[in-house]
Amino acid sequence: MQSFLHDPLFGLTLTIAAYVSAKAIHKRLRWLHPILGSSAIILVVLVVLGFPVRDFQGEVGMLTTLLGPATVALGVPIYKHRALIRERLATVTVSVLAGSVTGIVSAGLLVFLARGSHEVLLSMLPKSVSSPIGIEISKALGGAPELSVMFSVITGVLGGVFGPAFLYKTGLRDPVAMGLAMGSAAHGFGTARSLQESETAGSFSALAMGLSGIVTSLLFVPIYIWLGR
Amino acid sequence: MRGFAILLGFSLAGVLLHDTLHLPLPGNVIGLMLFVAALFGKVVKLEWVEDSANLLTGHLLLFFIPYVIGAAALIPFIGHDAVAIGVGVVGSTFAVLWITGTVAKKTTPEQKEDEQRAKFSA
Repeated sequence: MQSFLHDPLFGLTLTIAAYVSAKAIHKRLRWLHPILGSSAIILVVLVVLGFPVRDFQGEVGMLTTLLGPATVALGVPIYKHRALIRERLATVTVSVLAGSVTGIVSAGLLVFLARGSHEVLLSMLPKSVSSPIGIEISKALGGAPELSVMFSVITGVLGGVFGPAFLYKTGLRDPVAMGLAMGSAAHGFGTARSLQESETAGSFSALAMGLSGIVTSLLFVPIYIWLGR
Repeated sequence: MRGFAILLGFSLAGVLLHDTLHLPLPGNVIGLMLFVAALFGKVVKLEWVEDSANLLTGHLLLFFIPYVIGAAALIPFIGHDAVAIGVGVVGSTFAVLWITGTVAKKTTPEQKEDEQRAKFSA
């Protein structure tokens, strides 16, 4: 009974079944985003079966491996929208730069004002970029990489789930602006959600995700020097 | 499967470059940059990769689920920093969304925005 839980097929089947179910539920319950629905289903199944939740990520290595080619595949929507991207290049550059600076400054300022620990503050600075970049920056700063991954994922879920509704409320309906905001704020999660909104939003989100990763990595160079690391 | 092989190849090339040159970017993003360059340089033809790419990007969320479970497993261990973490993550996420979106809107010529909306609302 216990050994089948550690067969790679168990995690893969559970994750894909939960994903498909959550997408079907999402058609009826529009407020329940598939990322939340599928995670909830998996957590319930794991708890019922007595499987340690902390070990689950290691059991579904195949899916996390496929994130690599899936990220590379974002080149296709970027390439297809090359004419529009070229036309809006100035907007892309300025807004991604503004978003990257805002991400670092607001995270640091808010954690400081809320009296968070030094470790939490350093680990949260790179939270807007996808976790592989966040890990590297966090290590270089002297933060805790596992905290950075968690912050980056929570940020992604928040932005991916509530981002479009929030942007509509603030009067932003342009797919280019929405994609840039989603990719800068919520990296891959935001891009996945933007692709569901429209292919234009998705391609600009993918572009913003890649560029904000580069810009954020570069922005930390003077911070390392300032901290003497 | 040709498309999958190409996408996997670029992903692997990105990881290799990351490991050998110690670039401050993840392998995935380096792979994406190489792939975009290859599409622009016509080294890779769009029709070779389009179907595989659409399948993967159409289910991009699926590949993030393991990370969400990993993060959820850590939440009970946050302890006394919970308030600071909540304020920081929520506040900063919406700040970036708002600032990036607003800057993008302000730097977009208005008549063009209307044209684009007409073009893409169809």
